This record gives sequence, C-alpha cells and structure tokens, in this order.
Amino acid sequence: MALSVDEVLAGIKEIVVEVAGIDAGIIAMDKKFTDDLDVDSLSMVEVVVAAEEKFGVKIPDEEVTKMATVGDAVNFIVANGK
Amino acid sequence: MSLKFKQEVQSARILSVGAYRPPRVVPNSEIIGRIDSTDEWIQQRTGIVSRHIAAADESLIDMAEKSALIAIKRAGLTVQDIDAVIFATISYPYQAPSAATELLVRLGNVKAAAFDLSAACAGFCYGVALANDLVRNKTATNVLVMGAEKLSDFTDPDDRATAFIFADGAGAVVIGPSKDIGIGPTIWGASAETREAIVLEPSFLEFKKNPGNPDIGWPNIIQQGQTVFRWAVYEIAPIALRALEAAGLTPETLEVFIPHQANDRIIESLVKSMKLPESVVVAHDIRTSGNTSSASIPLAMDALLTEKPELHGKSALLVGFGAGLVYAGQVVELPSKPSSDQ
Repeated sequence: MALSVDEVLAGIKEIVVEVAGIDAGIIAMDKKFTDDLDVDSLSMVEVVVAAEEKFGVKIPDEEVTKMATVGDAVNFIVANGK
Repeated sequence: MSLKFKQEVQSARILSVGAYRPPRVVPNSEIIGRIDSTDEWIQQRTGIVSRHIAAADESLIDMAEKSALIAIKRAGLTVQDIDAVIFATISYPYQAPSAATELLVRLGNVKAAAFDLSAACAGFCYGVALANDLVRNKTATNVLVMGAEKLSDFTDPDDRATAFIFADGAGAVVIGPSKDIGIGPTIWGASAETREAIVLEPSFLEFKKNPGNPDIGWPNIIQQGQTVFRWAVYEIAPIALRALEAAGLTPETLEVFIPHQANDRIIESLVKSMKLPESVVVAHDIRTSGNTSSASIPLAMDALLTEKPELHGKSALLVGFGAGLVYAGQVVELPSKPSSDQ
C-alpha cells in the first residue's frame, strides 16, 4: 500500500525531533530544514538515513541536496515509496 | 616443485608510538576571514577548535623524522634496529623517489626496506595490517609505520568546505615481535564506486598543460561533505564492528576507540551507530589537531596515552577511512608504558 503524506510527515517529525532535539509542534511541510529546524547539512544526512530505514526508500545524495523543506522530503518519499 | 624451507610465524604488536605536532597553533579565528564563516559554525560542523600548521620551511619529512625518533626511542630500539619502513601519506610532493627513502636518509639507516603507501586517511591502518604480516612471517623484525601529512600544502584556504578541516602532523608506531597476539585481524576494502567523493585535483598533467589558467591551479583536496559523512558513518560502523568481532571482542569488552579523526560529528555518530558503551574511551584529538589524514590515528593514540597513561596495554579499535574510498580497521593492544618515559 502506498504511503500517505500524513503518514510520512508524522514519521519525518519523529526523526527530526530525535536528530535535532526540537519540538514536534514547529515541524510542518513548509518549514526549511536549515533555517527553521536547525538541521544542518550533516544532520540532514542522519535524517535521510533514518527516513530510508523507516520508509524502505532509497534517497540518493543528489536528491538530498534538493530537499530544502520538510515538504520536499515528504513528497519525494511519497512519490518513490512502495 | 615445492620450496624446501621451514615456515615460521610469530606474533606482533605495537611496541611504541611517537607523535610530532608543528608548534604553530591556528585557531578558527585565523581561518574564518577568507571563507566568510564563524568559529561557532566550524565547531558545530566539525568539533575543530584549533589545528597545528607546519611552517613554510618545515617539510613533511622534518615532521616524520621527529615522530619516528620518538617512537624508536620509546620502543627501546635504535634506528639500525628498524628493517622496514612503511610511509603512509598523500602529501609528499615527489612522485619518486619515495618519502620512506628520504626518511631513511634522515634517520641514518639507508639499508632498510622502505616504501610509501597511498590509502589516504586509511593509510595508517593499511600500514598496521602490512607491518603485522611482515613481522608475523618474519619478513621483517621491527617495522616503522609512519603516518605523516602536510595537508596545508594541498588545501585551498578559500574553499568553504575544506579550509578549516585539514591540518599537519606526523605519527609513527614501531611494530615488532611479541609473545602474545597484539594485533587482531584487519577488515579492509574499498567503496571505489564513490572514488570521486574526495579528490586531489587537478592532476599534475592537467596543471602542466594549462599554465596560467586560473581555473586549473595547484592541486587541492576537494570533498563532497554529505556523501563522505554518510559513507563514513553508515558504511564504516559495521566494518568497525566486524573488526571488533574478528578480534574476539564486543562493544562491552572494548576499552579504547581510536577512529580516524575526520570530523567530530562523524566520530560521535560512529559511537552512536556502533552502540559503544560509555566505558569505552573515545579519541577526540580532532578538536585540537584538525584532520591530518594518515597521521590522525597515531597522533590521537599518542595524545590519549599522554593524557591517560593508564591506557597503556589496553585494547583499542582503530579504523581508518578516506579517499578512494578505502577503509581498514583492526583491534590492537596499545603499547606498554615505555621505560624511557619513566
């Protein structure tokens, strides 16, 4: 069954809270990882690897550099997830 | 036909370690001006507070010689007792002859077997693997394994991704015969499909063919930070655990962890990924030494043993990883407290 946006967003929230140690309440689709959520380029790698494990999807490095917002990551996983 | 000789093997261990750091300490404040950065940003991304940078007239071999002499003295040996030198480096500015033979001349022991080893930040652990086998098979008796770099010669001070990472220094160990097994099996290999993630470019040939072209200047280290970080943490943690298992240890029984000092964030993530308990002493020499490639593990080993002398003789997991991409890891027994220091 395909993953829904809500399902993936909830999972990404859990991961970002764990990696960046921030409050889940401020995480939303339009938030920028670097500017709004204190997720720098290296923390982003930790988020990506955790998301790959959680959703069973492969996120190549060249896609990671394009993921500015939470929505970018959620949409990629929804589009490429099983 | 079969060769007629009696095959003999013996065990090997690290007899001693020696380190040399150039006296000039460069804090982040001296680097940030050219890369529009801040001390806080560099510390947050890498853990680096300061690093040692060699003087313009201080060569790679000057540094290597100083660390070698300390290691040889601490082993209770003389330079003439060394019968093989393995010199791991990526920053010797000659293709030939080797850095290892220049070191022999400096040491005044010109007859030992000597060669350079190009495995970047994994070079020291590759060297330990080879030296162990040389001693075990009695091809050599006392092998000097050198890790030395003058990376400031190959770092672009205007590159916002690397200017604050790379630094200079030299570290050496002497590996010799031992009653007990002092070096565990080496787990090594490559991820060569990702060899473009860390490069020293352009090539000398491109540089020669394009004189005066500002786009094709002196070769410097270029690295893709995210790709390297991902590989270094998530591919290397299982390798390090395999080296631990191969030596018959577990995260709970390991005493010291000395990974290549690439970036403190990589070290922290490795510790987390490998689930190492707090009882394991972890090297964080990167904070005051920067990333010195092949020199980083012996430098970190020396710093730990100086700071905590009670770690002499303890088990330590070493793991090197870097340009290639290549990796090697093994468990070693840290050298005993040298009598010359007592």
